[in-house]
Amino acid sequence: MRTNRRQFIKISALGAGGLAAVTSTTSLGGSFLGIFDSADPGRDIDFKRTATYCEVCFWKCAAWTNVDKEGNIVKIIGNDDDPHCNGRLCPRGTGGVGMYNDSDRLKTPLIRVKGENGAEDTFREASWKEALDLIASKMKGIKEKYGAESFALLKHGSSGAHFEHLFKAYGSDTIGEPAYAQCRGPREQGFGATFGSWVGSPEPTDIRDTKCLVLIGSHIGENMHNTQVQELAEAIDKNVTIITVDPRLSTVASKSQHWLPIKPATDIALMLAWMHVIIYDELYDDKYIKKYTYGFDELKQHVKNYTPEWAYGITTIEPTVIRETARKMADAAPAVIIHPGRHVVWYGDDTQRERAMAILNGLLGSWGKRGGFYLKEKVKIPKYPQPAYPHPKWGWEEVSEDFPLAQMGLTNEIIRSSIPEENTKHKVKAWFVSGTNLPKSIPDTKNLEKALDSIEFLAVCDTMPMDVTGYADVVLPECTYLERYDKLRSATNREPSIALRAPAVKPKYNSKPSWWMAKKLGERLGLEAYFDYNDYSEVIDWQLRKLGSSLKEMKRLGVKKFDRTSGPLYIADGEDYEFATNTGKVELYSTELADLGFDPMPKYTAHPEPEQGFYRLIYGRAPMHTFSRTSNNPNLSELRDENKLWVNPKVAKLWSLKNDQKIYLKNQDGVVTTFPIKVRITERIRWDSIYMVHGFGNANKKLSRSYGKGASDTEMITNVMIDPIMGGTGMRGNFVTFIIDLKSVES
Amino acid sequence: MRYAMAIDTKKCVGCSDCVVACQTENNVPEGFCRDWVTESVSGTYPQVEIELRSERCNHCEDAPCVRCCPTGASQIVDGGIVIVEHDECIGCGACIESCPYDARYVHPEGYVDKCTFCLHRVTEGLQPACVSVCPTKCMYFGDIDDPNSEISNMLKTRKQKTLAPEAGTNPHIFYLV
Repeated sequence: MRTNRRQFIKISALGAGGLAAVTSTTSLGGSFLGIFDSADPGRDIDFKRTATYCEVCFWKCAAWTNVDKEGNIVKIIGNDDDPHCNGRLCPRGTGGVGMYNDSDRLKTPLIRVKGENGAEDTFREASWKEALDLIASKMKGIKEKYGAESFALLKHGSSGAHFEHLFKAYGSDTIGEPAYAQCRGPREQGFGATFGSWVGSPEPTDIRDTKCLVLIGSHIGENMHNTQVQELAEAIDKNVTIITVDPRLSTVASKSQHWLPIKPATDIALMLAWMHVIIYDELYDDKYIKKYTYGFDELKQHVKNYTPEWAYGITTIEPTVIRETARKMADAAPAVIIHPGRHVVWYGDDTQRERAMAILNGLLGSWGKRGGFYLKEKVKIPKYPQPAYPHPKWGWEEVSEDFPLAQMGLTNEIIRSSIPEENTKHKVKAWFVSGTNLPKSIPDTKNLEKALDSIEFLAVCDTMPMDVTGYADVVLPECTYLERYDKLRSATNREPSIALRAPAVKPKYNSKPSWWMAKKLGERLGLEAYFDYNDYSEVIDWQLRKLGSSLKEMKRLGVKKFDRTSGPLYIADGEDYEFATNTGKVELYSTELADLGFDPMPKYTAHPEPEQGFYRLIYGRAPMHTFSRTSNNPNLSELRDENKLWVNPKVAKLWSLKNDQKIYLKNQDGVVTTFPIKVRITERIRWDSIYMVHGFGNANKKLSRSYGKGASDTEMITNVMIDPIMGGTGMRGNFVTFIIDLKSVES
Repeated sequence: MRYAMAIDTKKCVGCSDCVVACQTENNVPEGFCRDWVTESVSGTYPQVEIELRSERCNHCEDAPCVRCCPTGASQIVDGGIVIVEHDECIGCGACIESCPYDARYVHPEGYVDKCTFCLHRVTEGLQPACVSVCPTKCMYFGDIDDPNSEISNMLKTRKQKTLAPEAGTNPHIFYLV
C-alpha cells in the first residue's frame, strides 16, 4: 500500500522526536498496566459516574463511565433507561475502556515532512496552532483556487458531525460517508421505494414480539447491534421461528429452525420463489392486500414462472424447503420480519434485492405491525441559533447525479471525482477525513490510492494511527468519546429519547475533541458566527432547555424519554393509513423505480461464479470488533487479535491445508494480500465460498497489537459492482485462490 | 445457600462480553482471564450444530483445588464459592494442575487467581459482573437451595449438562442445552 507522491508514512517512521518521546500534557492517572496492578475490585459506590453514549460502534448505547478516586476509568456500564442497550452494553461497549487506555493512541498533531533526496516522507510533531493554521490556510487556498466545493469531507460517527457543520459553513457540501454507499444505502432505497420510509438506525424491527424472523445474510449476534441481539434472545425464549439464509452457518443460523445454505448471489431467486408460493398458494391476507398495497396483480403475473422448482436449480435450496419456509412466514404474518440487514452492498443489484425483501414484508403485511416493523419516532433536537449556511454551487448531490436514488453523498463518487483522468463534471482537490479508515472501508484500493495520489491536501482526524493516517498531510489526534462532549443523541426508536455524552476525564495526551477542532478552524476561516460558544456544553444546554430539560438534569439521568407524538406504535387493523409513496400504498410494483426507468419489480440476474480453484470471498463481523476500529483495543484484541480464513474441509483436503496454516490470498485480478492469514477448517461453510472477518490486516506498525495480524478482505475487493439505482459499491463478486508457498510472496 | 450458575447455550451468541466485563470488574491483568468462551462444532455440512459456552471456575462441591492446596489458600466459603486467599497463596500451582476446567492462572503478582462469582458484588446483593452485562441474558445466577429461585426454576424445566462430569467434582456451572 503505497503511492508515488502521497507516500504512505508508517507513523512509526517519525522524524526527529518520535512519538515515543511525546509526554502527556495532562495527568495520565496511571498507565494501562497500572490499572490492572491491584487485584482488589473497587466498589461501585466509590466510583464517580458520568453519562455518555458509546462510540465504539454506531448503535450509540447510553452508558455510565465509572472513574475511581485516582481518576482512572475503571469500567463502563450500560444505562438502564436506555432503549438502545437496556443497561447492557456489548463487549465493545464494555471494552470501550481500552479505547481510552490504548497506549498506541495518536498523542499530538503531526505534519508531513517531505523526504529529501529520495528519503521517505516522515511526520513531525506539531503544535495545535501549527496544525490548524496549516489546514485553515489550505482550506482558504482551495476555496480561492477552485471553490470551497472542491474540499470534500469524508466522515463517520459523532465527530464527523462537527466537521460537517464546519464544512457547510465554509461552503462545501461535498460530504460523504461509507455508511451509505459502502453499507446500508440499498436497503434505505429499497424499503423507501416500497413503504415510503427508510429503515434507519436502529432498525425498527419488532424482534421481541415477532413469531418468525427471516435473516438473509444478516448475522445478528456476530454483528452486535445491541437491541437486535437482546431482542433476538427474548424472541428465542418465546419460541420464535428463525429462518436464516446464508452460505455460512453463522451463529444465528445455528439457532435457526431452518438454515438455508444458499448458493451465494442467488438470494433474489429464492425470494421470487417465496413470493410465488405466498401468492399462488394464497397464503396472503386478501383484505390487507386490497386495502394497503399497490400492484398486486402485476406482481402475481411477474412471479408466475418463478416456482420453487425454478429456484432450486439456481439457489440449491430444495423446493420442499422453499415451500415450507414460505408457509412458516405466512403462518406468522403479520408478526414476521424479513430483515433488511445492514451491510447490504453485495452484487450491484442490491436495491432490487432489498426491494424483494420489502415486497415480502408488504405481501405479509408486517410493516407497522406488532412483531413486524414498528412505527419509529425520534426527538427533534432544536437547532442552535446560527447564520444560514452559504449555498455551494455543487455538492454531494451533483457529484452523485448519475444515480437517481442516491440520497446521501457517495464516497465512491467523491473519490472518483478526485482522480483527474476520470471523466467527472466536478473535481475534488482536497479531503478532510474524520473517523473512517478509508483503506478498510473503501473497496478497490488501487483506485483509492490514485485519488490519494491526486489530491492536493489531506487532513485526517482520528483517535488511533489507523492506516488512513499514513496518507495524511496533517494528522489531528482526537480524544476518545469518554473525554469529550458531542451532540445529543437522538435516534428513532419505539419511545423517543435523547442521550448525553459528557467527558468523564480530561483528554489524555495532547488530544482534543472534534467540536473544538472545528471551532478553531472556523475561527481561522472567519466563520466565528457559526461557533458562537466557548464550550460545546453551552450548545447542549441551550438545546436541552428548549426541550424542557437541562445539562444538569441530563448529567444526572444520562437518558431522557419523551412521549410519542406521532401516534401509536402500530397500525390498527383496518385503519386508514397512508404510506409516503406515490400511491399512498405499499408499492409491490414501484412507481418510483418505473418512472426512473428501472425494473418496477425485482428480477433475478445471474452473477459471475468463481473459476476452478477460486472461491467467493464472503466477509462479516465478529461480535467483539467494529470494523478495523477496535482491532488494536487492548481489551478487545485479547479476545480476538486476528481473523482466520474459513475453509470447508473438502476444500482444505484438496489443497492439503491444515488448521492455523498461514497462506496468502490472491484474487481474480492477481492482487495478493499484504499479510498471510491462518486457515480455519470448518463444516460451517459451503465449498464454493471462503469467509473472513472484516477489519484485520492493519498495515501501520504503530498499531502494536494489530499490525500484520490477519489479512484485509478489503484488499481483495477490486471488482466493484455499482448499483445503478443508488450508487452502492457491491463487494461480494470477488474470488480468491490460495498461495501456499509463502516464500513465493515474501521473497 | 448454594450459589450456582446456569448458562443457556440456546441464547448465548459467544460475544465474550462476560469476559471483558470480568476483566474490567476484577482488574484481571492483560493477557489473562477468569472466564472465556468456547465453541464446539459438530456434524458435517450442511447438518452442522454449534454450541457456544461461557466457561469459568465450576465452584465444585468436591473441589480438587481445595483438597490439594498445601496452605489452605484455596477454600470454600459461604454459598459454596471457591476462592483463593491471595495472602495465603504461595503460587505453587498444584491447584492449577488439579483443576479439570483449567480455570486458574498465576497472577503476575505471584498468587493464583480465578473466578470468585464476583463475591464482592454478590455480598452486596448484585449479580456477578458477567451475568449483569450479558446482552442476551443467557446467564442465570442464584441460590439452588432455594426451590423458588430463577435458577432453580431453569434447572427444573430445562435439559442441562455439566462439563467433565467424569471428574466427579460435582460442578456448579450448568449448561442449558
